[in-house]
Amino acid sequence: MTVNMMTSKDVTKKVFNKEELFILDVRNEGDFKDWKIEGENFDYLNVPYFDLLDGVEEILEKIPSDKELLVVCAKEGSSVMIAEMLSEEGLTASYLKGGMKAWSEHLEPVKVGDLKDGGEVYQFVRIGKGCLSYLVVSNGEAAIIDATRMTDIYLEFAERIGAKITHVFDTHLHADHISGGRIIAEKTNATYWLPPKDATGVTFNYSPLEGGNVVTIGNTAIDIHALYSPGHTIGSTSFVVDSTFLLSGDILFIDSIGRPDLAGMAEDWVGDLRESLYSRYRELSEDLLVLPAHFMIIDELNENGSVSEKLGTLFAKNHGLNIEDENEFRKLVTENLPPQPNAYQEIRETNMGKMNPDEERQREMEIGPNRCAVR
Amino acid sequence: MEIAKVLDAKGLACPMPIVKTKKAMTDLESGQILEIHATDKGAKNDLTAWAKSGGHEFIKHEEENDVLKFWIQKG
Repeated sequence: MTVNMMTSKDVTKKVFNKEELFILDVRNEGDFKDWKIEGENFDYLNVPYFDLLDGVEEILEKIPSDKELLVVCAKEGSSVMIAEMLSEEGLTASYLKGGMKAWSEHLEPVKVGDLKDGGEVYQFVRIGKGCLSYLVVSNGEAAIIDATRMTDIYLEFAERIGAKITHVFDTHLHADHISGGRIIAEKTNATYWLPPKDATGVTFNYSPLEGGNVVTIGNTAIDIHALYSPGHTIGSTSFVVDSTFLLSGDILFIDSIGRPDLAGMAEDWVGDLRESLYSRYRELSEDLLVLPAHFMIIDELNENGSVSEKLGTLFAKNHGLNIEDENEFRKLVTENLPPQPNAYQEIRETNMGKMNPDEERQREMEIGPNRCAVR
Repeated sequence: MEIAKVLDAKGLACPMPIVKTKKAMTDLESGQILEIHATDKGAKNDLTAWAKSGGHEFIKHEEENDVLKFWIQKG
């Protein structure tokens, strides 16, 4: 039979469309347990490739014949080998091009809305890691928010839609992924905005983003209003774009809220987090469409693959916004937290410009899920 | 520590370091030690897990100028 290649984009479509897929993950057990390709109708078998070197006969009966089969490994090599072995046994198997490395880096742009006077908002779904970044375009000018390090994707996208990137924002100093904001700003001569309270240790120049700042994109005055909302980090800032979209950074997610501990300040920041979520956000219009910087579980995806929800709906449904007792809230966000993101200290230092790891090392640092939320 | 054999797997990408290690191991007697040199970063986790699942003893590893060195005792 044959061996086919499947790209991360192909697999992303299957996630969005809730298609069935049987994934044979041949990485070692620890890596699989820590992080895998998630899909609502995906089934899995994890057998390390090095246990299959003598043959795949033993696992044949565990592979269903009525589902499409994808073999996945860290970088591709082992999955090709195993897919070929399965093919020799008469199965049709695909391997994932570039492996989990490519999966971690894949960005899928999805349009999330129109601006009132023309223009659009796009969400870039980093499906393998749960990071969300944004491009707001109006009249040939674009702003990028919370960019990942795969900067070419944004640059090419902006060029394709004929937009010049004029402003680049990070809602906070990220601890789970390396920001591409500074590089995009350098390449496009755009202004790079960072909340000054998160930027005390940075080694480069930036424009201080503070509550009350208004930045205009395009001729039709698409305003980006900054809203100081500390808690995940001390500088965390949300944006209201065009009075319609609330970019909530790592403060508020769809089915979870931000964690305050990634800079080692959980006890100090829990009060800020509560103030941001329970007071500042309450003053905003419930009709705002919340666009967070992360999703944690695949259930948070909408039908079209985007991640968004009306603020009013989140006030009603998000558990983290409905804890009346302050002590209970404090407990939720400071105790029993999920493990911290891989290499988060090094990632923070890289985002401050204090470290300059090469691309291979950056990839390793970012391996795994984002883990910025608590539920 | 007496090394029975040294395997050069430098420059090889996954799965080849393990494929070669497995092959080299078959030529050794139980208790003998194989030294492996590799440059693929993934080799560390995979060799550790492979040694465990194959009943071999992963003795130690060192890193020297981007070359990963492993010592595994045949089980």
